[in-house]
Amino acid sequence: MVVRESDYRVNSPPITSDPPDHRPMRMVLIPPFTPQAVARLEAKARAVCNELIDRFVANGMCDGAVDYAQTIPVLINSQMLGIPAQHGDQFREWITMALQTGVTDEAALRQAEEAIAAYFEVQIKPRRENPGEDLVGFLIAARSPDGEPFSDRQVLGALRLLLVAGIDTTWSAIGSSLWHLATHEQDRARLVAEPESIPTAVEELLRAYAPVTMAREIAKTADIGGCQLREGQMVLLSFPAANRDPGKFPDADKVVIDRKHNPHAAFGLGIHRCIGSNLARMEMVVALQEWLKRIPVFSLDISKPTTWSQGTVRGPRNLPIRIG
Amino acid sequence: MSESRVLIVKIDPEKCQGHARCHALATELFELDEFGNARVRGSGQIPPTLEDRAWIARANCPELAVEIVEQAKAPD
Ligand code: HEM
Ligand code: SF4
Repeated sequence: MVVRESDYRVNSPPITSDPPDHRPMRMVLIPPFTPQAVARLEAKARAVCNELIDRFVANGMCDGAVDYAQTIPVLINSQMLGIPAQHGDQFREWITMALQTGVTDEAALRQAEEAIAAYFEVQIKPRRENPGEDLVGFLIAARSPDGEPFSDRQVLGALRLLLVAGIDTTWSAIGSSLWHLATHEQDRARLVAEPESIPTAVEELLRAYAPVTMAREIAKTADIGGCQLREGQMVLLSFPAANRDPGKFPDADKVVIDRKHNPHAAFGLGIHRCIGSNLARMEMVVALQEWLKRIPVFSLDISKPTTWSQGTVRGPRNLPIRIG
Repeated sequence: MSESRVLIVKIDPEKCQGHARCHALATELFELDEFGNARVRGSGQIPPTLEDRAWIARANCPELAVEIVEQAKAPD
């Protein structure tokens, strides 16, 4: 499906770059996101989850998306980037403008992109003298594999990507997982009884509720499956549909919570494989483990509306939950 | 499999994109380099106790980068 034809191009390496420009920024960004590196954030993630649960557990109800899922990645991402967590509401507003409103409204997209760039310009300034330990400083000090510093435009683009790519994706994934467990009694009971199965379950929830659909720009006019694609057009790349390919996954439309063979594509495939996949997995596993420990029994409150995002990232935005 | 054959696990570095699924599912067989790409530990020979997990790792690699091949056992 062709989504949009436009001359407006967001610059966000590595996701917006092609080889050979793609590799330098990607190679710099990968080490802080390996499984070993993100394991160092696990204790912080557990503490964040428990603090959030403390705020609503006694009320007997909560909004699983607003009170829980959306806040976890904001706090973890801002800790990694070294930017104040209080700016979280602002980040979410920009991200919604860029990824939801911005899909059809180019002015909103431009406005969000400019606001994010201006925000990071302010964050970069003090770190020019003293880069410190956080990711913003790390990127300013970073050198590409051939020893060159990155331009301001590249650094700003990459920071924009880390902010936009890490938050509503993970928020959606945690929210969809909670929605599933709130509506599937048996799966919920099983994960409560067997918390060691949570990492396997997370892979299945990622497969079935894959939050991200990406796009590609057509580089060369081609005919794919009888569809004429012209150079410059944008096409959707539906990872969620690939994950429900019945030729690849038996019972593709069923959530099989202990699915053993699960080569899903929720984090993409090939050279643009999600850099944050290990971080997102850790956040999802921790969010479900801590929730199920504290709130083993819960269900969807059907007297209130559950709402889902629209755009290229899919997940619940209101998730009314009854506790107990 | 006959006594004189062994299973060897391999990773195709051209295909591996560092999803780290193999490492999560069979840490004894795979390690990750600093860029998160997988390498086989040691010779890649799969001990019989890890055979099931080797097949699971292969089935969960989204890039189809994990290969398992049967080889003649080197003479003792
Ligand atoms: C469950 C949560 C997440 C999902 C489902 C997800 C999904 C994806 C997908 C499908 C891609 C591939 C895009 C393409 O092929 O064009 C991608 C790329 C990317 N993701 Fe994620 N993501 C998640 C969380 C994160 C987090 C937490 C971060 C970092 C903080 C992150 C950073 C990135 C970056 C930097 C790229 C671009 C990689 C490149 O182009 O080389 N993501 N993500
Ligand atoms: S699961 Fe596949 S792509 Fe991922 S690290 Fe292992 S071999 Fe590489």
